[in-house]
Amino acid sequence: MLLTRLKAGGPAIAKQGILVAFILFMIAFSVMSDRFMSADNIMSVFRQSAIIGVIALGVTIVVIGGNLDLSVGSMLSFATVLVVDLHDKIGPELAIPVMVLATLCLGAINGFLIGILRLNSLIVTLGMLSAIQGLVLIYSGGQNVDIVDHSGTWFAIFGRGAVFGIATPIIIFGVMALVFHIIMTTMPFGRKVYAVGGNPTASVFSGIPRSRVVFTTYLISALCVAVAAMILGSRVMGSQNNVGQGYELQVLAAVILGGTSLLGGAGSILKTVLGVLMLAFIQNGLILMGQPYYTQWLVTWVVIIVAVWLDVAAKRGRLFSPIA
Amino acid sequence: MSNLTDFNPVRWLMRNPIWGFVLIVFIFFSLVSDHFFDYRNFQNILVQTSTIGLIALGMTLVMINGNIDLSVGAILALAAAFAVDVQSWAMFATWGNWQILPAVCLALLVGIVLGALNGFIVWKTGVDAFIVTLGAMLGIRGLVFVYTGEQSFYAMNFAYSDFSALSVGPLPVLAIIFLLCSLAVHWVLSRTAHGRNTYAVGGNREAAVNAGIRVGPHMMVNFMIIGFLAALSGVLLSTQMGAATPNLGRDYELWVITAVVLGGTKLTGGKGDIIGTFGGVLAIGILRNGMNLMQVPAFYVYVILGSILIAVLFLDKRFNRTADGGLRL
Repeated sequence: MLLTRLKAGGPAIAKQGILVAFILFMIAFSVMSDRFMSADNIMSVFRQSAIIGVIALGVTIVVIGGNLDLSVGSMLSFATVLVVDLHDKIGPELAIPVMVLATLCLGAINGFLIGILRLNSLIVTLGMLSAIQGLVLIYSGGQNVDIVDHSGTWFAIFGRGAVFGIATPIIIFGVMALVFHIIMTTMPFGRKVYAVGGNPTASVFSGIPRSRVVFTTYLISALCVAVAAMILGSRVMGSQNNVGQGYELQVLAAVILGGTSLLGGAGSILKTVLGVLMLAFIQNGLILMGQPYYTQWLVTWVVIIVAVWLDVAAKRGRLFSPIA
Repeated sequence: MSNLTDFNPVRWLMRNPIWGFVLIVFIFFSLVSDHFFDYRNFQNILVQTSTIGLIALGMTLVMINGNIDLSVGAILALAAAFAVDVQSWAMFATWGNWQILPAVCLALLVGIVLGALNGFIVWKTGVDAFIVTLGAMLGIRGLVFVYTGEQSFYAMNFAYSDFSALSVGPLPVLAIIFLLCSLAVHWVLSRTAHGRNTYAVGGNREAAVNAGIRVGPHMMVNFMIIGFLAALSGVLLSTQMGAATPNLGRDYELWVITAVVLGGTKLTGGKGDIIGTFGGVLAIGILRNGMNLMQVPAFYVYVILGSILIAVLFLDKRFNRTADGGLRL
């Protein structure tokens, strides 16, 4: 009933299911907690969501290209430990480029195995998750690393600074989201990624360099992780060697919530931003309501499944699957 | 292999390359480590692999079926928490050692119910199992933390933690449970209608529907089996530790998927068997045990296992051209 009406009366609304859910959540939380809608609170949610958000941008592009990246969590640990450790040894001016290069190398390995050799992305990035986790532990000797001199470094700006009263992580996330959105919607590269993810065979026949496109999506994903590592390392001014553990799942949850299809070929950067914010606001709202931290995971479970269900249902035009 | 005289070991190894790998690492560690080739160490390996192995059996079914289950680690943790906690409920206070029975039954039931829930959602909504069980993985883990209050539970009844030390003849009881379950699942997969349907559904879902297989309930049963096995694994793990921690089973889904893929099961469905999975589980078990004996730092073990997983995928692609299955979810 509801769905037929959605289909007949407002395909636009059906397509914006995530947005509708998001607005409903915001209204519900504002009613239940009077602190929720304060400017301070909203700013702090934006700031906290920046790290997952930046990574999610890259993963969205990988997923639109028809692949997965489960190694981003380990890569985040790697990059954060590296940049924090090198900060004291060679200074942030050198530490940042070295870290970015090293992270891009990991992305290139992913890209080579998946893009060029065409190995299965789930298994490759699963293997990389484990291997990179090991690399981090070897590098750090199992110890946590810290930036000793907090006061004199400009490195703090990435995680703790503010420009015109807006926290730097928000600005970085916002600018990157905008740039990626423009790339994916207006530039040839964006069209190629959609084409490769939508129908790999057809894309090859139409002259798209499929291998190179997939390779590039993994470089982009690694670059995003490097940026996230700068924010994270600068905010904490140190790093545990498992700091990124579990990030890949939260990121994937945000991407899925944003309506990006795991089949590839469909999805949008702006909706991923919406997915990231929705998860962050749910978490924040529940905490303001005095719920224990882990309740948000339960709610996330329900939200993911219902959101994706409605999305799938709208596409097939009936609520329940036709599977016998 | 119906006729033993037809059995050609070379051809068999070609079809099950993982067992060749198992043989190689077995010989390697026997040569380089003084402590590896010892029957007590073999017992160790079997006990160590039993927890991941049990789940891998279920994952083989689910993956042949064309699905995946990422929530097994969380189910394991919740079942373990139930198994340890329920024993100390006041209503069972006078039951003596029998208080273990309702606790274990309830834990296994939790696993079956959560598996059924996963399967039911996959069936009714048509959302991909990857997404459904990813959500469940977060959600059930949240449930574990809420239920345990982020604390560890300790088993007060010593009969419970003594169970894992039992053995029948040369075989530890945990290894026996794992071997029996392997035989049972192997039998289901190779000798029953349910097993044949599992291959059929994973190989070509539409053809399976046309052949009159009720795909939805069928997939649900396989999710219930893996839920049960994950819960069983959780119970056995908590008897080994005499406790249940809320972080129990974290990353297990990764180990399990690694073992199953090493064993030759295809992510795209329709292909795989328990003999391969058993080899995959054993390969990981021997590698971890052997490297541990050689005092390779745990850090390197991660790197080596990750590299092996990717290498196997690469070799599989080179030598098995029909296996051109990139995961298309």
